[in-house]
Amino acid sequence: MDQRQREQYLREYGIQKSKGKPFFPYAILKDGTMACITLAVIILLAVILGAEIGPKADPTTTSYDPRPEWYFFFLFELLRVIKPPAIVFIATIGIPTVCMVLLILLPFIDRNPERHPARRPVATFTGITVIALMTYLTVSGALAGPPGTISLKTPPQYQAGKLVAAESGCQGCHKIGENGNPGPGPNLTHIGARLPRNAIARTLVNPTAPMPSFSALKRQNPKKFNQLVDFLAQLK
Amino acid sequence: MTPPLPRALRPKPPRPGSKPGRNGASANGATGGGDPKALKKARKQAQREAMKQQALEVPIAMLGWLDERTGSTPFLRAFLFRKTPQGTNWYYTLGSATMFAFVNQAVTGVVLAMYYNPSTTQAYGSVRHIINDVFLGELVRGMHKWGSTVMVVLVFLHMGRTFFFGAYKYPRELNWIIGVVLLILTMAMSFTGYLLPFDQRAFWATVVGVNINASGPILGPYLADFLRGGAEFGTTTLSRFYAIHMLVIPGLIAALIGAHLYLVAKLGTSAPPWLKAEKARELAEEEI
Ligand code: HEC
Ligand code: HEM
Repeated sequence: MDQRQREQYLREYGIQKSKGKPFFPYAILKDGTMACITLAVIILLAVILGAEIGPKADPTTTSYDPRPEWYFFFLFELLRVIKPPAIVFIATIGIPTVCMVLLILLPFIDRNPERHPARRPVATFTGITVIALMTYLTVSGALAGPPGTISLKTPPQYQAGKLVAAESGCQGCHKIGENGNPGPGPNLTHIGARLPRNAIARTLVNPTAPMPSFSALKRQNPKKFNQLVDFLAQLK
Repeated sequence: MTPPLPRALRPKPPRPGSKPGRNGASANGATGGGDPKALKKARKQAQREAMKQQALEVPIAMLGWLDERTGSTPFLRAFLFRKTPQGTNWYYTLGSATMFAFVNQAVTGVVLAMYYNPSTTQAYGSVRHIINDVFLGELVRGMHKWGSTVMVVLVFLHMGRTFFFGAYKYPRELNWIIGVVLLILTMAMSFTGYLLPFDQRAFWATVVGVNINASGPILGPYLADFLRGGAEFGTTTLSRFYAIHMLVIPGLIAALIGAHLYLVAKLGTSAPPWLKAEKARELAEEEI
């Protein structure tokens, strides 16, 4: 907007404002109504859905579900889409940071003096696309199955390790056989063929982000840890 | 100076020769002082009238007292009676609804903080205690938990409104920028709060979240170490998250909401863009 357009805006805005109504009591009445609705919705949600709390946190186990609050699903889902470890930081830090910087700079990027959504098609289209994309990522993040069972056939001596793997939430990020999510981690169905046993153990203790480290399991329950590694190493 | 409340509420004695009240006299058509009944009624009326006057003076005097010492009346008046442009509609309530959701978080959060104990051994138990034993504890925790969802939804709706209305353009660019910072802080609230109940889901989701931070280039690992309070998850992590969640970020949010609202009051809210478009067309036609 150049000087003339700015002055014209202020002039027009002055007219519109002089034709308007005072904040008190008109706008404040609407705001108050909305506040009551907000409070009612919050109380309703609290009463109907309650405040469940899961089992106590235990760094050594096992049955967990590494899920964020639902409004972070779209970020988590990005991780599923962008898998190669070398560029994972693009999904984890890169894209969100770039988005925030773009958002902050928006008033300087979009210098079109028009304000009507129909008269600035690029901005409106971009906005709708971003909303659609975030909705899509959130929904597919919500639909991603919870980890829990592994239906793969396993020799009896590795049964214990399979249980540990099933309980440990690996499938939130890995596919093992039929079960689990196809990302952000690689498919583990044939991990034994790809990595030797000690390399698997090393990955579990010292993984690349975003995979959590299972060093606590190794320290506090080495038996379970070894069962887990044995199970993974025989997946060929 | 004391507010003249006690004396004011005392009825004044009628003066000799004072006229009976307007209504009393005309209503029953009596002429002057003869009828004792009408006189009594008129006097009562006058007393009531005087009391009303005196009572009205109390808040005025109190405001005067405040104004004399703070000079706040012009600000209050400018804030309350400033005009909102024509066409202001329900979409314009989303910002104040967000603020209300934040107030809800603050109030329920203070109640929760009275019972919560941020240590790895006690945290989970104290949350259980809130849910099971504290009077209305489950409701308050539910309101805090679901209030966070409502606040995030409202922030996004409010942002969508300002985006599609083009409200981030001149002269409100700065308000948009403050808004983006508020958005980031709101998400940070949610992230730091998620760990506090210290159940399995909270713990592991936060482990993953911090690892995600660690994957950032250059600063990432330092940020992760800072959040954890060391290389491993532990009691420091929990109390650190707690302090950030209940002191640092809410303080920043409250201050920034103050700045946001100051700019809103100073610049005025934008008018809906469709009104603007019509106006512009009218003007253009006039000019031809
Ligand atoms: C938060 C998501 C997440 C969870 C939970 C997770 N991982 Fe991973 N994992 C990843 C990602 C991403 C990679 C790829 C980065 C790398 O190579 O370290 C990976 C890599 C691996 C690798 C190396 C694969 C290869 O081809 O190099 C193994 C083995 C592995 N994970 C095993 C496990 C096991 C076993 C569990 C459960 C105990 C588990 N992971 C839980 C995300 C996860
Ligand atoms: C904690 C979060 C927030 C609170 C409490 C808040 C509060 C408010 C309030 C009360 C208004 C007055 C007008 C209205 O309600 O629409 C407003 C206006 C505005 N807000 Fe926010 N806001 C928040 C977040 C944001 C965000 C995330 C953005 C955008 C990135 C934003 C951008 C704006 C803009 C540009 C205006 C001016 C709108 C106009 O003049 O029409 N705000 N805000």
